[in-house]
Amino acid sequence: MAILSTPRSQVDLVGKGRPLREHLFRIALLSSLAIALIFLALLLAYTLTEGWPRLDSRLWENFPSVRRPETAGVLSGITGTLWIIGLTALMALPTGVLAAIYLEEYADNTRWYNRLIELNIANLAAVPSIVYGILGLGIIARWLDFGFTVMTGAVTISLLVLPIVIISAREAIRAVPPSIREGSLALGATQWQTIYRQVLPASIPGIATGSILALSRAIGEAAPFLMLGAATLVRFNPDGVWSSFTVLPLQIYNLISQSREEFHILAAAAIVVLLAILLLMNSLAIWLRNRYQKRW
Amino acid sequence: MASANNRATAPGPNRSLARSRPRYGEAAVKVLLLAAALVSIATTLGIVAALLEPTIEFFSEVSLGEFFGSTSWGPLFSPPSFGVWPIIVATLEITLIAIIVAIPLGLAAAIYLSEYATPRVRKIFKPVLEVLAGIPTVVFGFFAFSFVTPLLQDILPFSLDPRNALSAGLLVGVMIIPIVASLSEDAMSAVPRSLREGSFALGASKMTTSVSVVLPAAFSGIVAAVILAISRAAGETMIVAIAAGFKSIFTFNPGSEMATMAAFIASAGSGDAPVGSIAYKTIFAVGSLLFIMTFAMNWFSARMVKKYREVYE
Repeated sequence: MAILSTPRSQVDLVGKGRPLREHLFRIALLSSLAIALIFLALLLAYTLTEGWPRLDSRLWENFPSVRRPETAGVLSGITGTLWIIGLTALMALPTGVLAAIYLEEYADNTRWYNRLIELNIANLAAVPSIVYGILGLGIIARWLDFGFTVMTGAVTISLLVLPIVIISAREAIRAVPPSIREGSLALGATQWQTIYRQVLPASIPGIATGSILALSRAIGEAAPFLMLGAATLVRFNPDGVWSSFTVLPLQIYNLISQSREEFHILAAAAIVVLLAILLLMNSLAIWLRNRYQKRW
Repeated sequence: MASANNRATAPGPNRSLARSRPRYGEAAVKVLLLAAALVSIATTLGIVAALLEPTIEFFSEVSLGEFFGSTSWGPLFSPPSFGVWPIIVATLEITLIAIIVAIPLGLAAAIYLSEYATPRVRKIFKPVLEVLAGIPTVVFGFFAFSFVTPLLQDILPFSLDPRNALSAGLLVGVMIIPIVASLSEDAMSAVPRSLREGSFALGASKMTTSVSVVLPAAFSGIVAAVILAISRAAGETMIVAIAAGFKSIFTFNPGSEMATMAAFIASAGSGDAPVGSIAYKTIFAVGSLLFIMTFAMNWFSARMVKKYREVYE
């Protein structure tokens, strides 16, 4: 019974309640997230109030102008971005998904060339976008002689988002449990039949989410286009893949570079349009993920 | 019944489990898939090919000694000068400012999300980081130039150019917070629960466990995240082009306008330097330098990730 009468202070290892520094630490962590949130809110609020006076149909019905800010718009940027995104979706998404299927379902990881492909994709995902601009300029525009056209822009930006598509598609394919594949193979399906009829349908929501995020990266990208002649004043809509073009982010860049204040307001208004498109795509991706995410 | 038994127990001479005939379709599909995967290799080769020839030509006209040995940069001026240090210093300085912003904020966010947040809180904050990661850099540049710089000019005691390294660096820092946060969080989530439980069992508090157990255990993954973020910051173009400007002066003053390597490539590449001129080749020489720098960092980062994955899987 002597043990039970030990003074309480000696038994108490942790102390009552949490010490102050635990609370402070938690608050410090939380406030760093709050800073990110506040920054985001500030950015959106500032851009919206700044661009509000010019956020009307003049913005998307008129072509850019360096002389008359009151009637200038970004129509050619919007159509150019639509062309680029459409072509990028056609080129980068199938290629990326096929490459992801190869790496997840066929590649033998003990082979050096498969490991090289993997390492290479991880590296490419982190190559600065301006370097892709150099690739577009040196190889696609000059060597392949595509010139400064929609096609050059779309191929360049497809190569830029390809690693992102591959990485996210691989994650979606990997999330399909092996038992699904084994079941299908046991019933006599070939490997491709298994992939095409079981694995792909099961991983489509994940692939779609990743694809949308990759395309929204392509929409916001400006640096490679600087190298591809899209920085000039384009006062017409592209009429095909061999037409010269500009994109919305570069229009915004051009407007910021002007010295007159009216153009900065126009830039803010164009940013609101760009962000609205991106937020829409982002929320679609998040919704898709939450709605169709399967827990196997 | 008897005949069925017979069939099952005595297979004919040709009933082997191996496939009876070659499946050409399956092989063709595999080749197609491999070809898609090889596009990425072709991309890397394309980048190297695009950079290599003009770079070699550049260094046959400008000596390495002049490139790395002088501090005056003006390839587009006449007479041109090719001392690369001003744009390297500008790149490093803006990257340093960015990383000073991003490491504490990103790491704190990662610790909170991985160790403290309930699933509900995570569901709120993860999308915030994702949206932040999805904001185009040209938007950050606009914000730096027309909001942050005037604000800093009002509150800071020293003078700030309309285009300056400080606000560009701050915004590049905000841009890379999601990279630091999400990759570090992945690394911390990969630390086995047993380590945390062992720490709690010894009477450690949550803070001690996070800082002294989880953080060191995830260290290589966090280092990989930070290196990747540095590489992104060093190659960032639009924010620095808009907010830090294109003037190459050899200075360490963060309040001054300075062109980074990426900003130089952007300004020279968007102008109309005639193909084959020394100004045109300079774009590729600086591009090679930037590519080698970021490639080395990415490779090192990938190695670190691989290392920590081997430990816990």
